[in-house]
Amino acid sequence: MPRCLLRNGQLVADEWLYLAEAAAQDLAVTANAPLIVPFSQWQSEPDSLRVRGGRLGVLLSPSDQIEALAPHLARFALVAAQFPGPGEGRGYTQARLLRERWNFTGELRASGYVRRDQLFFMARCGFNSFELPQSELPDAARAFATFTAAYQTCNDAGLPLKLPRDIPANA
Amino acid sequence: MYRYDLTDKTLVKERVAQFRDQTRRYLDGSLSEDEFRGLRLRNGLYIQRHAPMLRVAIPYGLLSSIQLRTLAKIARRYDRGYGHFTTRQNIQYNWPKLNEVPDILAELAEVEMHAIQTSGNCIRNITSDHLAGVTANELEDPRPWCEIIRQWSTFHPEFTYLPRKFKIAVTGAPQDRAASLVHDVGVHIVRGPTGDIGFEILAGGGLGRTPIIGQVVRAFLPREHLLTYLTAILRIYNLEGRRDNLTKARIKILVRSMGIEEFTRRVEAEWELLRGAGPRVEDTEVARMRGFFTPPAYLARPDTQPDAHRETAFRAWYRYNTAPHKVPGYRAVYVSLKKPGSPPGDATDAQMDLVADLADRYSFGEARVTHTQNLLLADVEQHKTYELWQALQAADLATPNIGTLTDMICCPGLDFCSLANAGSIDVAKLINERFDDYDYIYDLGEIDVKMSGCMNACGHHHVGNIGILGVDKGGEEWYQITIGGAAGADASLGSVIGPSVAKMQVPETIARILDVYVQRRRPEERFLDTVRRLGVKPFKERVYAALLAA
Ligand code: SF4
Repeated sequence: MPRCLLRNGQLVADEWLYLAEAAAQDLAVTANAPLIVPFSQWQSEPDSLRVRGGRLGVLLSPSDQIEALAPHLARFALVAAQFPGPGEGRGYTQARLLRERWNFTGELRASGYVRRDQLFFMARCGFNSFELPQSELPDAARAFATFTAAYQTCNDAGLPLKLPRDIPANA
Repeated sequence: MYRYDLTDKTLVKERVAQFRDQTRRYLDGSLSEDEFRGLRLRNGLYIQRHAPMLRVAIPYGLLSSIQLRTLAKIARRYDRGYGHFTTRQNIQYNWPKLNEVPDILAELAEVEMHAIQTSGNCIRNITSDHLAGVTANELEDPRPWCEIIRQWSTFHPEFTYLPRKFKIAVTGAPQDRAASLVHDVGVHIVRGPTGDIGFEILAGGGLGRTPIIGQVVRAFLPREHLLTYLTAILRIYNLEGRRDNLTKARIKILVRSMGIEEFTRRVEAEWELLRGAGPRVEDTEVARMRGFFTPPAYLARPDTQPDAHRETAFRAWYRYNTAPHKVPGYRAVYVSLKKPGSPPGDATDAQMDLVADLADRYSFGEARVTHTQNLLLADVEQHKTYELWQALQAADLATPNIGTLTDMICCPGLDFCSLANAGSIDVAKLINERFDDYDYIYDLGEIDVKMSGCMNACGHHHVGNIGILGVDKGGEEWYQITIGGAAGADASLGSVIGPSVAKMQVPETIARILDVYVQRRRPEERFLDTVRRLGVKPFKERVYAALLAA
């Protein structure tokens, strides 16, 4: 069964496969399927991956540097940031850098430990797709409206912030 | 003081709803213990030794009388009739029921208060000088800047899951009453080369297992860049701070391992890249915030000495428990929460209600919490201090000991804290029993004793002139003593005098240390300066010789 995820506020079936998943399946079937490769692998064996015809996504570990990814960014339609556990916070900065410094406009996915209670902040940092456990999916979209105001300006397009407020501009 | 607008009100209300939902999901089993932990902590809720502990934010220590009455009501209705004020100017309740916490938060929201980010690995309550706005030699009132940082850091989407907690203190006077040098970031209002107001920014200070004094990252930051510069510091910390080891996760460890030069270089480089995007602190915003902290309607009053013809007890109180005010005819009045025999920093609901009434009657309806765990009425007419003293005395709030040996800072320790090695409240009690002669205490002069029940150092023992740290020795409560620490502008870490001592020996140990001071001090020399001049050796010799002989 394909993975379900929340993308741009909608529940959708995931058409992407992680490299590890593809390896475990019949490669002939998945040869042209959109594929997410770990950034470390992209760096160490670029040739085998670069010749692929299908769309490519890249999986960032929390310690991967965005500056190292930036020169390759045009090759990727998707960037997934990995959240190994509930305390992980580097992905929030990675997302903001991708959106705000490197103008990445593709799918920015939160992968790993992702729960509804994080969605609002993740969305504000620029994530637009979220891999959630099955049990979280039905109610998750409501989390984007957890708060309808904010003190900071961020990547807020699409969020129901009625009272966005930059610190300098006042209410 | 700052008043909420629609944005603030909306946010705290929505936070209450969010936490109500999270609590419900935890109680019905859909959130695991572990998952709920991270969520409740961001709302100041710990699971302690006996019951949950709820920490409520008091931004930079400032309270209206209405808010203080609500804190009293919460103590009465949801707790056991008291609350504990902390070194970070917050209040803690030790006995709330988990299922009632959402209701407590709702009561707080009604009076523009909350428990947002009072624990957990995020940016905590912004603390400041309790004499802000009333002390004569400050460059500028730091509170508008505290509020600007409070808003920016509240629910900051990028910095909600930091490697570890992150504490910021802001001061505007040369004396540092907020312990800013032992904060993750210290912000000092200073004048720049052209005379403009801006900030000196320090980073990497902290106590705990590895106490470190903060270092200067930038000597002068023009004020409009405050938030972008903080963003740069937080971003480098969020990306590079250690997440593999809880005890090495604070920014102080990052700064130490990178070195201050490299850390500064990284911050400056990041700042160059992000500063264009803002948020820039515009003059209009500064003016708006300053508008919330304008001086109250002071009356023209002569500068009098109201104590001259009064009884000794009042004169002692006036001398120790009141501080000079920049406006002639006014004093700042400390409400001592250090009555011998009661836990330092605790106040009952009745005491809080009374202080709220007194704030209305004598101090423009506002009260403050100090870093040293007392309360303060900042704007009292000098000639009314006698009436005020009588009212405070009747409620056990006039112990004339501010700044003296018995004005101890003390964490909750073994009585309430699940991390504690040893009791601290009962040691405070022993010290009070031993030192009950005010002539002696006054003769000792300015001296601060700070006590923590474990390495986490919530009682700031490293920066106490005398520091007391609870250690566990084969299941028994022992105490390591340090001397020579200081938390102000000349901050230093205390030195351990020698092997730890048993609980009953703590008062005797302190007595020996004080003996050396009294015998060896120069005229007018403070305890701290005598220790700095003599070093630890003479104190150590006296303590251990005496203890062996005893
Ligand atoms: S210092 Fe230790 S015992 Fe005291 S409150 Fe902090 S964690 Fe608890």
